[in-house]
Amino acid sequence: MAGKVVTVSSGKGGVGKTTATANLGTSLASLGKKVVVIDADIGLRNLDVIMGLENRIVYDLVDIVEGRSKLRQSMIKHKKFEHLYLIPAAQTRDKMSVSPEDMVKLTDELREEFDYILIDSPAGIERGFRNALEPADEVLIVTNPEVSAVRDADRIIGLIEAAEKGPGKLIINRLKTDMVERGEMLSSDDVYDVLGLTIVGIIPEDELVLSASNSGVPVTLNGESKAGQAFNNVARRIAGEDVPFMNLNDNPGFFRRLVGLFNGK
Amino acid sequence: MQDELIAIKGMNNGLLISLSTTENWQSVTDRLASRIDEQIEFYAGADITVELGSRPVPKYELSSLKALLERRGLKLSRVRSESDTTRQSARALHVSTENNLGNISRAMPAPAQETASVNPEETGTQGILFRRTLRSGRTIHSDGHALVFGDVNPGAKVIAAGDIVVWGKLRGYAHAGAMGNESARVCALEMNPSQLRIAGHLATSPPGKRPNSAPAVALIRNNQIIVEARE
Repeated sequence: MAGKVVTVSSGKGGVGKTTATANLGTSLASLGKKVVVIDADIGLRNLDVIMGLENRIVYDLVDIVEGRSKLRQSMIKHKKFEHLYLIPAAQTRDKMSVSPEDMVKLTDELREEFDYILIDSPAGIERGFRNALEPADEVLIVTNPEVSAVRDADRIIGLIEAAEKGPGKLIINRLKTDMVERGEMLSSDDVYDVLGLTIVGIIPEDELVLSASNSGVPVTLNGESKAGQAFNNVARRIAGEDVPFMNLNDNPGFFRRLVGLFNGK
Repeated sequence: MQDELIAIKGMNNGLLISLSTTENWQSVTDRLASRIDEQIEFYAGADITVELGSRPVPKYELSSLKALLERRGLKLSRVRSESDTTRQSARALHVSTENNLGNISRAMPAPAQETASVNPEETGTQGILFRRTLRSGRTIHSDGHALVFGDVNPGAKVIAAGDIVVWGKLRGYAHAGAMGNESARVCALEMNPSQLRIAGHLATSPPGKRPNSAPAVALIRNNQIIVEARE
């Protein structure tokens, strides 16, 4: 079976796209899937850092596209997972070095060998985003429960729909249940109300995410972390399992609605 | 307003301006300039397709038209023409071209020859129908009515010379009667616009106001916009 290209996107920067990509990659690999993650943020690469693979980089995405290296030799194998690979972004070039057609060609080659090709899209709506979107079979939109992130997610979803790649699925990242309860943060219900997309993940705020990113060991490998557990659940949902949502003490009306959603409403 | 020289109609992705193929070029463009200036708000930021029919338009004339639009904040994106000369001029100015005969009104399946100068009060006025949620960054223009089957999200805009009907939640910007029709109305299943305009009147939602969840109609009464709930 040919592999699936999943692009992780957000519009606004800093909402956790790269963290989500790294964690979903490791989660899917730990489920036994063959996974390659591609950092499409040329010029501002950091997926390699979060995955702890920075000092193994020899070749990058631009080297592959421009024919200076073979695909095989440019993929960096993860330390822990035999079937998890990274194609890093170039740090010294810019987004114009790669075209959407290049990305389609590259991912078509990867589909033959991998189950999942995850693409970490750069922030913004320009060329880098187009590069990440063009080959996608499915798009995950990461947003935070705050008005500006939701607004940008909405914009991105519009562009994804216009490119007929949509509507995509939603990951709500960094939800603080105590703030939601005090009415100081949008609830997942509020976010759903504006964006209207199927939610595949609600990731609670968790300090362990930051320390995991800094140490290059994705938080999904930390059994203590609620966020890590939530990312594992997202990965299982992407892989087609029916996983109930964790109880984050969010308001119960929302969970009832989710049950409806996932029962195929 | 009947206009022999110019017809302007809304399309999904902007405005289509059809210019008379026979009348003197100078008078056509002068008229266009004054039409736009009368309703500059309605046109602001729109993406323009100009339909020139069979008239051969040399590059310098097309270039002055493009400049005329640009000075008013409009972008000339496409030229529709049957004339090779005109299409060549457009290409030289980096404006994309469409052959009139080929793919007319992909955006709006209405008869292309029909004049757009409609009176929104007449029955059977044309309009555009948009059958999905309008997301942030999206603007639709209509020279008739505008009907949206879906939500209008914050950051999205609907601008219509006639009425606006939103079969969903209105949370973005809506401007009905944008060419001055004070009897225009805005209807929505949930009326929580970021900004509402009818003709020259403006209403914004006060901060901290509880959102309306009932269907409502906005209209002008005693020279101001009022919102009536219809429960």
